[in-house]
Amino acid sequence: MSRSVCLTCIAVLSLAFVSRAFAAPSPAVLETEARRIAVIDKAKDAVLAIFPLNGRGGGSGVVVSPDGYALTNFHVVRPCGYAMQCGMADGRAYDAVLVGLDPTGDVALIKLFGREEFPFAEMADSDQVRPGDWVFAAGNPFLLATDFQPTISGGIISGVNRYQFPAGTLLEYADCLQTDASVNPGNSGGPLFDEHGRVIGINGRCSFEKRGRVNVGLAYAISINQIKHFLGTLRSGRIVDHATLGAVVGRDNEGRVVVTDILDDSDAYRRGLRSGDEVFSFGGRHVSTPNAFKNVLGIYPKGWRVPLSFRRGGQRHDILVRLTGVHNQEELLEMLGDKPKPQATPPEQPKTPAATVGPIIPEIIQKHYLKKRGFANYYFNELEQNRVWNAWNSRSSPAGASGDWTLAGPLAGGGRYNLKITGDAATLKLPSTEIDWKAEDVLSKSLLPEHSGGMLPALYLWRRLAVEGLGRFGDVYYFGTAPLAEHDGLADVLVGTHKGVDCRFYFQPADGRLLALEMFSSEDSDPCEIYFSEYHETNGRLTPGKMEVRFGNEAFATLKIEEFNAAERGEK
Amino acid sequence: MKLKIDILGYRRTSRTILKTLAILLALGIPASAAVVETFREVHPKIVKVYGAGGFSGMESYQSGILISPQGHVLTAFSYVLDTDYITVQLSDGRELDAKLIGADPRLDAAVLKIEADGLPCFDLSKAVALSPGERVLAFSNVFGVALGDEPVSVQLGSVAAIAQLAARRGVFETPYRGPVYVLDMTTNNPGAAGGALVTIDGKLAGMLGKELRNSLNNTWLNYALPIDQLRKSVDEIRSGKFVADREEEQAKKPSRALNPAMLGILLVPDVLERTPPYVDRVAAGSPAKRAGILPDDLIVLSGDRLVQSCKALVEEMSFVDYADPIKLTIIRGGQLIEFTLRHAPE
Repeated sequence: MSRSVCLTCIAVLSLAFVSRAFAAPSPAVLETEARRIAVIDKAKDAVLAIFPLNGRGGGSGVVVSPDGYALTNFHVVRPCGYAMQCGMADGRAYDAVLVGLDPTGDVALIKLFGREEFPFAEMADSDQVRPGDWVFAAGNPFLLATDFQPTISGGIISGVNRYQFPAGTLLEYADCLQTDASVNPGNSGGPLFDEHGRVIGINGRCSFEKRGRVNVGLAYAISINQIKHFLGTLRSGRIVDHATLGAVVGRDNEGRVVVTDILDDSDAYRRGLRSGDEVFSFGGRHVSTPNAFKNVLGIYPKGWRVPLSFRRGGQRHDILVRLTGVHNQEELLEMLGDKPKPQATPPEQPKTPAATVGPIIPEIIQKHYLKKRGFANYYFNELEQNRVWNAWNSRSSPAGASGDWTLAGPLAGGGRYNLKITGDAATLKLPSTEIDWKAEDVLSKSLLPEHSGGMLPALYLWRRLAVEGLGRFGDVYYFGTAPLAEHDGLADVLVGTHKGVDCRFYFQPADGRLLALEMFSSEDSDPCEIYFSEYHETNGRLTPGKMEVRFGNEAFATLKIEEFNAAERGEK
Repeated sequence: MKLKIDILGYRRTSRTILKTLAILLALGIPASAAVVETFREVHPKIVKVYGAGGFSGMESYQSGILISPQGHVLTAFSYVLDTDYITVQLSDGRELDAKLIGADPRLDAAVLKIEADGLPCFDLSKAVALSPGERVLAFSNVFGVALGDEPVSVQLGSVAAIAQLAARRGVFETPYRGPVYVLDMTTNNPGAAGGALVTIDGKLAGMLGKELRNSLNNTWLNYALPIDQLRKSVDEIRSGKFVADREEEQAKKPSRALNPAMLGILLVPDVLERTPPYVDRVAAGSPAKRAGILPDDLIVLSGDRLVQSCKALVEEMSFVDYADPIKLTIIRGGQLIEFTLRHAPE
């Protein structure tokens, strides 16, 4: 008896000792773990395992909107063509169609079908990400997940604002995030999540060397902020291009970033930038190295206007530069036509067993695909064109006003103006003079009034778009979204070509109002810019109350619109 | 005055936060905020080292750790340092010429010096020892991804084990056989050698070593040399031992000094600026022959001093009186072997 008591005592004591040595984790630890599990559980639902229809190869992706738009890498969809299948954590495979391509940035936008509402991941502000932040990657490394449950690998941010040189002239990873979370072949296109389960980047590239094509502790994700800049242009169904400034920078002896070469037909040159100028801020970011400069340049689409600050002789200059394309359209298409040789990107291993899906393209994808040169999928461009046009037409544009337009009001400099725009001419009456303009075969022949860059032809195109609509205006396409001077947020942009000139129309996405138009009389000259503001509502329609005309570095005129009469067709 | 109070207030708050974080860390949670804070504190103490290389898979860069405010840099002893033009780049982007003030080939560690002052640095005497299972951060300019003032990379992992190093570089066994921290993260990539291994709260514990393979199973190793193992040599290098340059001591040369030929050692032809002091031939019946020195032995130390070239070896020997014994350390098949030789005039 006493022996058994004694033994019990020993047992209890040793238990006590053991429980001291291996103490239960504190509630804080358990809580953190539970939170992490919950975050991962929710985040995994938006993760895609992407396969081409022939079932060979594949990659990862992530859904970013409830209507099924998803992001992945260009190098993942490249072998897929325009049709692919996406496995989700619910165990089902969904049909998906290619929407837009950014070959330089290695990004592709696709759209999924087969659900009313898709689970999607929120996009974070990746500029807030700091080295040391806990992150996790999700995807389908080595194409292991036959049930489409994504593989999760955790790690930290090892570096931010990393610049990875392009492989060839494509697949440049500018301003990317570096992580030690394990990213392997098959993870490409998958999301990098922050600790709250928000997308901060798209995994796409690793540093490989002698250890074989497996993770060696360094992976690079395209920052989601860069992708946000491109998202509008990707939704346009276009093959979008990255930007160049038309100037080269380097470091001088004092370590400053200076312009070493500049093209004299570039927008930057016309805005006043010259060789030898010290660039210290670009895109709102401090620039201290040529890499930092390239990082900024790499995150913007062609055609955007971006603030740049430079110093010359101690004097600071702030300009807004219009970025031009890295490639011309033909180059871009040619490169896409070439056999893919993306270097230093994880190749998607053809590990899946023989094709389970036939090469027949599902009807739902056929219905959402239109082939057109220069577009990844023209179907989506038409979709966006109509969305923007309908929003403008239903709320703002002088609908049905197909006759002559007359506008009148005071000029900012004193006096009044009268403006008449018809189907083939425009007349501007000023206190001292009257300017008559007629639409010729090539609009750039006459850019009246002088020093306006072509205010009258620009207004003529404004009326033409409203009256003729998308179909009869000329060639029109949806560019995507772009910033506008002194305007918050991004605007929807339609580009129309008529009688040899390009005109960009900027619309407010919320209510479809026209914010501005830019008419380019030639590729290498400044456009005539007209900004519409002070909108007011009459008879349920939005009418602008003010027009500001700018050309180059100068404001040309400011016109208040007191009277706006748009006659029905046939009325005089 | 107000500003000062604000700053103090901020400091106090941040200290409280850090304390809380430290408690959380003690519980094993890798609190993001703590790692972010440690990163900010540590990365300015890591430098990028540029030197020889840049061809056939030999990168011309590695990493280094600032260990004095005056610009002493602890780094890996490698071919990158095998040049007269070593550059150290600080975290603020400044590039400074660096001088190799000494190295201990037995540890593959070297100390560089740049002319600077008031630099953020680690104090080697405050370095800590780690236990298996401890979470650690590795800082290095791995793959040279950071340029200019861009911060080096940081990786998070644990000490998997503390073990005796048994590793190879190419076909040669490494001279160092002491304990290393074996890591569960892929740290020892090109450019990472000389980087720092620190605790989550930023205390220095080790230096990332060169790329090595496990000599048992040929896999790549991820490891760091404990600072404990390096400290003595680093202190000796800093105090003047191992110093490669002894110009100021020219006057102390003996009137009749030793040279390799007197010991029966014939070095390879000195054709490069820095020809590695390999033994070409050993004279029959010479002290070197009797001691067992063989052709192809690489002489690394003369006495306790590093000799990186034939010239350096001849120069070092010129400080030894012809009648005195000399200790030579050679590398043969990855092993360090010491010999004591004495010139025997007939």
